[in-house]
Amino acid sequence: MTSVLGIPVAVILGQLTLGLVNGSFYAMLSLGLAVIFGLLRVVNFAHGAFYTLGAFAALLGLQWLGINYWLALILAPLAVGVVGIVVERLLLRRVYGLDPLYGLLLTFGLALVCEGSLTQVFGASGASYPVPPALTGAVNLGFMFLPLYRAWVIAISLAVCFSTWFVIERTRLGATLRAATENAPLLQAFGVNVPLLVAATYGGGVALAALAGVLASPIVLVNAHMGSSLVIVVFAVVVIGGMGSILGSIVSGLVLGVVEGLTKVVYPEASNVVVFLVMALVLVLRPTGLFGKE
Amino acid sequence: MKLRMLTITTAAVLAAAASGRTPAANEVVIGDIDDMSGVYADVEGAAGVEAIRMAIADFGGTVLGRKITVLTADHQNKPDIGATKFREWADQNGLNVLLGGSNTGVNIAMSKVAGVKKVPFFVIGAAGASLTNEDCTAYTVHYVYDTTSLANGTATAMVAAGGKTWFYLTADYAFGTQLQNAASKVVEAHGGKNLGAVRVPLGAADFSSFLLQAQASGAQVLGLSNAGADFSNSLKAANEFGITKTMRPAALLAFDTDINSLGLQTAQGLYLTTGFYWDLNPDTRAFGKRFFAKINRMPTMDQAGVYSATLTYLKAVKAAGTTDSDKVMAELKRMRINDMFARDGYIRADGVMVHEMYVMQVKTPQESKYPWDFYKVVRRMPGEEAFGPITGLCPLAPAPK
Repeated sequence: MTSVLGIPVAVILGQLTLGLVNGSFYAMLSLGLAVIFGLLRVVNFAHGAFYTLGAFAALLGLQWLGINYWLALILAPLAVGVVGIVVERLLLRRVYGLDPLYGLLLTFGLALVCEGSLTQVFGASGASYPVPPALTGAVNLGFMFLPLYRAWVIAISLAVCFSTWFVIERTRLGATLRAATENAPLLQAFGVNVPLLVAATYGGGVALAALAGVLASPIVLVNAHMGSSLVIVVFAVVVIGGMGSILGSIVSGLVLGVVEGLTKVVYPEASNVVVFLVMALVLVLRPTGLFGKE
Repeated sequence: MKLRMLTITTAAVLAAAASGRTPAANEVVIGDIDDMSGVYADVEGAAGVEAIRMAIADFGGTVLGRKITVLTADHQNKPDIGATKFREWADQNGLNVLLGGSNTGVNIAMSKVAGVKKVPFFVIGAAGASLTNEDCTAYTVHYVYDTTSLANGTATAMVAAGGKTWFYLTADYAFGTQLQNAASKVVEAHGGKNLGAVRVPLGAADFSSFLLQAQASGAQVLGLSNAGADFSNSLKAANEFGITKTMRPAALLAFDTDINSLGLQTAQGLYLTTGFYWDLNPDTRAFGKRFFAKINRMPTMDQAGVYSATLTYLKAVKAAGTTDSDKVMAELKRMRINDMFARDGYIRADGVMVHEMYVMQVKTPQESKYPWDFYKVVRRMPGEEAFGPITGLCPLAPAPK
């Protein structure tokens, strides 16, 4: 078998594919963060908690109400998005205009409360969410067997990420959003309901996190801690992509998933730090991030 | 940086809030430091505290005419928090005995305090056998299970069943490496071969990359040298990627809560070793049902073990007629332990509580007749075989000639 640096090509291709799956999650989560930071200037530390809530919404929906995976894919992000809007209206809007540290503290506190409550009610060990019957099985890629479900994750997250990008960069709604980022008072003077726009944006960003949570639930055990380890990596992804940059968050999410995947073959012990090494390097060489503006 | 400061401050505030009362001098104080909110919280955690209270109530609520009180704290899986809390209780709260919950790293840090403060210390949920070897103290008792007994159970059974070549998925910290080393030795001793291992950072979000490496090794057995959510997520992914069709997974440490989370469909056929199972005999069933009535879950071996350890300590205090640490330790190492957890168990000079261990296989969904009907007993391992001979690594206990 052909090999590069002593590693068989098939193994490298396999790890690239798996890296892409993980990258899809990073992309979807960092996209939500970037959208929220871009408009609200809030570093949303509760993002991991909303991801967890999405997974729990799917799980409880199935167990209590018999809502299947496909419906959960739509309903769970909607429900969690509404929770996000309530949080924004009741709490978050009070810290706008203050030092960003306040928003960070508030969302971090919310994340702790959410995680603690879920542990209290549902325990720490979690539960399994079944893979939907239509997506069980695997496809033979020649170099590996890829479970159908993982292929589906890549497909849907690419679709969601690029349609979000399209909406923000290429439509009138997106233009309004971007205008609000540039100069909110002026936009309000034109008769646009800016507070509503802000609330909807936060809800939308949060819904993206919840969607990622639903997508993850058949892969990992649904438990209260599932979001907290992921969210730190996702923050690094956002910083690497450039805070608030939409395209940057998508591209760097996918690329870092792949980088992490390759690290898992070469030196597995470092696989949870490699993202932060890249972040340090990017901050030294390009402090605004790969896609950030000055 | 700000986040880190924030985390540290939060941790400090939480730790400070966890306790802070000074008990009267005529109380016997039992401390319990465990992961109460993190990944291992269901293995022992708050339900373990309930088990301690059950033991105290069953004992009568007092010993030597003194009231028994319980202090609890969350170590958050951070060794410094565990050690600091232990030292504080020993200095200010008149702590008489400490029960240490999950996490080998934290328990090693706490055992150092036990040695300095001369407070009896029962390790319940930590597996690392170094606690009764390199890290042993005159006050440490390793009560429920250790890496040696887990490896002796599962690895011996798997090799005997034809699993000769092994590849390990190892949690990258003290516990994982100790468990892997213990299993490797057993595999080799029985004529098997270790083909390699991949060290996985604790709490990894995705295990599939590591599993493909394991599969590429061509080994017959996938040794899961991890615990809790890491164990569950790796087994789940192994199923998803069809790796369980070519490799047989072996759980080096799994609890009934893990099997409950995974479901029998995913976990069926798995070999594992446990120090307790609720459905072994009338005594275990009676305890299991009482526990279930309070917690709505069957007890793990840690929860049953912490109940038994509390009773054992109180019996030793009663027999010694004092809470003096040295006299109680002498009594503990003299007595025989008989309750729903152990039959004729005893505490060796190095601190190991020697008792029967059980090699189990997880039932198929068809074999399981009622809730929590998870295991069939493959083999009962006598304590001496499970925990092995004294190694001589602990200065208190020279190896037998």
